[in-house]
Amino acid sequence: MIPEFLLRAWLAGLTLAAVAGPLGCFVVWRRMAYFGNTLAHSALLGVTLGLLIGVDLVLAVAAVAVVVAVLVVALQQQRRLATDTILGILAHASLAIGLVVLGLAGSVRVDLLGYLFGDILAVSWGDIVAMGVGGAAILAFLAAAWRWLLFATLHEEMARAEGARVLALRLALMILIALVIAAAMKIVGILLITAMLIIPPAAARPLARTPEQMAVLAALAGMVAITGGLALSWHLDTPGGPSIVVAAMALFVATQSTAAVRAVLSER
Amino acid sequence: MATAAFDPPTKPLVAIRHAQVRFGHVVALDDVDLTIRPGEIVTLIGPNGAGKSTLVRVVLGILRPRRGRVERRPGLSIAYVPQRLAIDASLPLNVDRFLDLPHRHSRGEKRAVLADVGLADVEDQALATLSGGQFQRVLLARALLAEPDLLVLDEPAQNIDYRGQIELYRLVAELRKTRGCAVLLVSHDLHLVMRATDRVVCLDRRVCCAGAPETVGTDPVYAELFGATAATTLAPYRHRHGDGDGRVVPFEARRGGA
Repeated sequence: MIPEFLLRAWLAGLTLAAVAGPLGCFVVWRRMAYFGNTLAHSALLGVTLGLLIGVDLVLAVAAVAVVVAVLVVALQQQRRLATDTILGILAHASLAIGLVVLGLAGSVRVDLLGYLFGDILAVSWGDIVAMGVGGAAILAFLAAAWRWLLFATLHEEMARAEGARVLALRLALMILIALVIAAAMKIVGILLITAMLIIPPAAARPLARTPEQMAVLAALAGMVAITGGLALSWHLDTPGGPSIVVAAMALFVATQSTAAVRAVLSER
Repeated sequence: MATAAFDPPTKPLVAIRHAQVRFGHVVALDDVDLTIRPGEIVTLIGPNGAGKSTLVRVVLGILRPRRGRVERRPGLSIAYVPQRLAIDASLPLNVDRFLDLPHRHSRGEKRAVLADVGLADVEDQALATLSGGQFQRVLLARALLAEPDLLVLDEPAQNIDYRGQIELYRLVAELRKTRGCAVLLVSHDLHLVMRATDRVVCLDRRVCCAGAPETVGTDPVYAELFGATAATTLAPYRHRHGDGDGRVVPFEARRGGA
């Protein structure tokens, strides 16, 4: 019998992996990894504001991340600065503002470490239900818009010429990433959130022949990482979030080296 | 409607009038007119920086000119084959799934359209493993699946070899005949394009000259724009096909005479 708190942690992790896999594929295909990092940096500001105003922290983090995402798109439309510069400015500015606000609000005590590295064992049943409902909605959107999203990912102008609302699709993806990052905060923590969006798709890539296969395999890879990481954490008493990321990394190394070995063998 | 009386028997798919496009202080297009009628092949030529791609973006509806009018026939369906399509190595995509973008098609439809562009048994191949010529045909096949009224090809011959270009242009000419769609083709190679084309529009921010291929080929404005080298580059080809008077003849006639 596994303890209930571990079961809750596992279910929450599986839900996150199911959504982060397919969504993470777009992060990888569209080279948005640094964008994910920027939103993660802004999460601390979200936490601080949430505590100050007294609203649900996941909502506060999601709201700040969505604002940052919209700012990124708005600044990109100016075409004066490269995207990585824009992302760097917003990442560090939001982190700095978060820390300054935290300093100003001296009365609020924050368990910074818990937010930075996650506290997956503190997940409640309510969290799991909320993640399940939100995750299902995100997956439904991805399924409905899948081909247009892929098309716009391949070539924005080709997609626009044939009727895709490219800006709306990009904004939708960014908002979904913001939501997933907010939800993942408890599980892997602010510092490691992007790992769950990037490592499972990267691990799935050598095994996939179509985008759909890659999305499904990425979700499965994430679930394996969650399971392995929690097992590691349980047996060796290591922190949950980092253990999950280590497990995901091990999976990535395994599929990459298998692919490399196979490539060498097939060349003979 | 007052204007209806002046419309030609076939209403244009796209009619651009006096279009001006500026990027900051740079005038990319100035007072440009372009009309594309159903079923005709229009070739857009001009040197680098002439605004060809800009005009294509106006036709596609991606770019709105600062001045002038753009009229599209209501319900017009446009398919676009871009100049370049770089597929990120992280995206596994085979031909079959690519043809499903943005709308899903049956296996049979996909096989048929691949046959139309002269490809067979490539459905399961990754796009990244195709040759330049094959890739170009797959792009064309995807565009055709939408059964467009207008097919826009932006420098389709740029990354394929000479023989591949000839093949591609012959294919485009044939597709126009069998499918009846209009084609807007961008090229900086006048010689290869002219054979199948109905009308050439030569662009250098403004329309320098426009008309049937024969007219443009002999127009001094064109020679001035591209320099004398163009003439020598084109000459061996003309010679090989035996029409020594320098007049450009339709592709079929040329083949018959060769």
